[in-house]
Amino acid sequence: MTVAVAAKRGAKPLVPQPLINLGLVKFHMAAGFIFLIIAMLWGIFYALQLNNLYPFPGIELFSPGRVRMVHTNGVAYGFIVNVFLAALYWAVPRLTQRRVLSDLLGWLIFWVYLFIILWTVVGIHLGYAQAVEWGETPGAFAANGSWLFPIDELVMVGLVLIAIQFLTPIFQFGSKQPMYVSLWYFSVAFIWIILTYAMGNYLPEFIPGAGGATFVGLFIHDLVGLLVTPLGWGMMYYFVPSLLKKPIWSHAVSLLGFWGLAFFYPLQGVHHFIYSTIPMFAQFGAVVSTVAIEIMVVTVFINFFMTLRGREIAPVTNMPIRWFYTGMVFYVITCIQCAVHVQFWAQEFVHFTDWVVGHAHLIMFGTFGFWLIGITTDLWPRVVGRKNWWSPALHEAVFWMCTIGLASMFVALTSAGLVEGYLWKGLAPWEVSLQSVRLIWLFRTATGLLMFAGVLLFAFNMYMTATTPEGEEAALGLKVAAPAK
Amino acid sequence: MENTIEKFQFIFLVAGIGFFVLAFVVSGVVTVNALTNLPYTPLDELSQDVGPYFTALSRQYPEQFEKYYPGGPTPENYREALLLARNTYIGEACWHCHSQQVRPVANEDVRFGPVSTAAEQQHELMMPQLMGTRRVGPDLSREGGFRSNDWHAAHFYNPRSVAPTSVMPSYTWFFDGQQPNKKGLAMIAYMQWLGTNVER
Repeated sequence: MTVAVAAKRGAKPLVPQPLINLGLVKFHMAAGFIFLIIAMLWGIFYALQLNNLYPFPGIELFSPGRVRMVHTNGVAYGFIVNVFLAALYWAVPRLTQRRVLSDLLGWLIFWVYLFIILWTVVGIHLGYAQAVEWGETPGAFAANGSWLFPIDELVMVGLVLIAIQFLTPIFQFGSKQPMYVSLWYFSVAFIWIILTYAMGNYLPEFIPGAGGATFVGLFIHDLVGLLVTPLGWGMMYYFVPSLLKKPIWSHAVSLLGFWGLAFFYPLQGVHHFIYSTIPMFAQFGAVVSTVAIEIMVVTVFINFFMTLRGREIAPVTNMPIRWFYTGMVFYVITCIQCAVHVQFWAQEFVHFTDWVVGHAHLIMFGTFGFWLIGITTDLWPRVVGRKNWWSPALHEAVFWMCTIGLASMFVALTSAGLVEGYLWKGLAPWEVSLQSVRLIWLFRTATGLLMFAGVLLFAFNMYMTATTPEGEEAALGLKVAAPAK
Repeated sequence: MENTIEKFQFIFLVAGIGFFVLAFVVSGVVTVNALTNLPYTPLDELSQDVGPYFTALSRQYPEQFEKYYPGGPTPENYREALLLARNTYIGEACWHCHSQQVRPVANEDVRFGPVSTAAEQQHELMMPQLMGTRRVGPDLSREGGFRSNDWHAAHFYNPRSVAPTSVMPSYTWFFDGQQPNKKGLAMIAYMQWLGTNVER
C-alpha cells in the first residue's frame, strides 16, 4: 500500500551505512504497519459481528470466523514479527559490531516472509485454517487430503534462515566474550521459535483430545512467551538505555529476570486448559510455574523503573520512552492479572469469557504494540533519511488515542467477562448473558475504532515523513553519528 | 562463571535448548504418556454407527440428500459427512466461539450435561482437538439430539430466526436456496453426532 510505495521512493542515505542495512529495516517496518492496519480493520469487522452489524453478511469469503483468525494472525505475524525483524536488523549489528550474515539472505527472508503472511491471509479466507489457535496458517494439505501448499514447511525453513542470519553475528561476537543483556534474549528467541513452531503445528495433528490440547496450550503460550516476550525485552534493554543515555540499574537483576523467564516460561502452556480433560498434575504444574514467572516480571519491572530514576521527566519529553514505559505498565498489569486469573478459583468463572480477550489485547497491543510503535517512532525518520518526523506533534494525539482506546477496551472486556462468567455460573439462560453485554460490546467496537484511528494517523505520519523532502543537512549519516535525545 | 553465563554457547544450550526440552518433556511428553492407555477410535469405526438424525435428514431433504450423498445414509456417506463437517467447523472458526468441553465447575454439568472425560475425546474427530478457549455461544460437546434437524437448518440459515438475541453469523453458503447443501447436511449431521459417543 501507500507506505510501501513511499518507502521505495524514499531518498537513499547519502552516507552509506556499512553496519546496518537500512533498506531491510525500512521494508520490514513498512510491511509491519500495513499488516497492522489490515489486521485492526479485520478486528473491527469481527467486533461488528458481535454487534450484529457485520458489513458483509452472507459472503463466504468474508465469513466472520475467518476474519477473526486473520485478525489474530495478521497482528502476530504480519505486524509484530515484521517490526521486530526491522528492529533486529537495527539492533543486532550495533550490539555485535558486525553485519548480519548476508543482505541477499535478508531480502530473500523479507519476500519469503511476505509470501507466507499473504498465503496465510488468503488460505484462511478460503477456509483452509488449521485448528491451532495462533497457528491457523493452513497446513500442507487441505483437510480433505487435497494438496495445498507446504506453507508450514516453508515457515520452518524461513525460521532457520532467520536464525542463521542473526545468530551468525551473535555467535561470532558472543562466543568469545560476555554478551550484553539484549543478546541473551535474542540468542534464545530464534531457537525457541523454531522448536515451538515445529511442536505446535505438527503434534496436535497426530495426538487426539487432551494430549493434543497439551501441545496446543504450549504453542499458544510459547508463541507469546518464547518469541514475542524475549524479543520485546531484548529491545527494551537496548533502546531504553541508549535513549536515556544511562546504563540499566542493576546487572544482577537483569540476570535474574532473564533466567527466570527462560526457566519458567516454557513450563506454563497447559494453563490455557484449566479444568479441561488434561491430567490434573499437568494443570497444577502449569499454575505453579505461572505464579513463579512473577519473579521475572517484578525484577524486570523494578530494574527498568529504577533505571528511570533521575530521568523521571523522560516519559513526558521523549516519545519513544513514553511508549516503552506505558507498555511496561500495561505489561505489569497483564502479568499480575495473569497470576491471579490462572488460579483454579478464578478460572471457574473467567475462562471462556471476554476477560481473556481483554487480557490478550492488553499484552499484544498495550505492551508489544506500544513498544513496536515506540521503536518505530525512534527509527523511522532515520531509516528514511529524515531529521525528524513530518509532524512530531501528531505523536501526542496518536499516543492518547491508542492509550485511551486500549485502556477502555481492556476495562470493557474485563467487565464483560465478569458479567458473562457470573451469569453462566448462575445458570441464567444463554441469551441473558448475550443481552447483558450487548452495550459493552458496542462500546468495545468504539474503543477499537479509536485505537484504529490512532494507528492510521501514525501510519499517515510515517508516509508523510518518508515522502516530504528535507534539506541535505538532515542526511542520515549525521543523524546516526550523533543520535538525538 | 560470570563470563560463562553471559556467553552465547551457555545461553543457547542451557536456556535455548535445555529449558525448552525440559518443559516439552515435563508438561508435554509426560502428560501425553499418561493418556496412552485410553483406546483411540478412528473415524471409520465411529461412522459405522449411522446416527438416526442422519437417516432422518435423508427423508427430510430427499432430493438434496440423494444429490450430495447418493446411496442413502450409509456408513461411508456418514463418514464423509462427519469429516466434511469437522473440517468446515475448523475452517469457519466455529471452535473460536463454541467450546467442546464440559468442565466440572461453574454448574456446567447442569447446563450442558455430563462432565467431559479424556477417554471420550480419544477419537479422530478430536484430532486436532477442538476443546476451544472461548464461548460466545454455548458449549457443543453434548449437542447431539438436543434439538431437531429443522432447528439446526433454520439456525444455520439465520440464527436470529430461532434465537433472537444470537450474534452468530448466517451461514447461507451451507444452503442451495433454502435447502441445505452438502456442507449444510454435513454440519447438521455433525451437530447431532456431538456427544453421542458418551453414555447418558
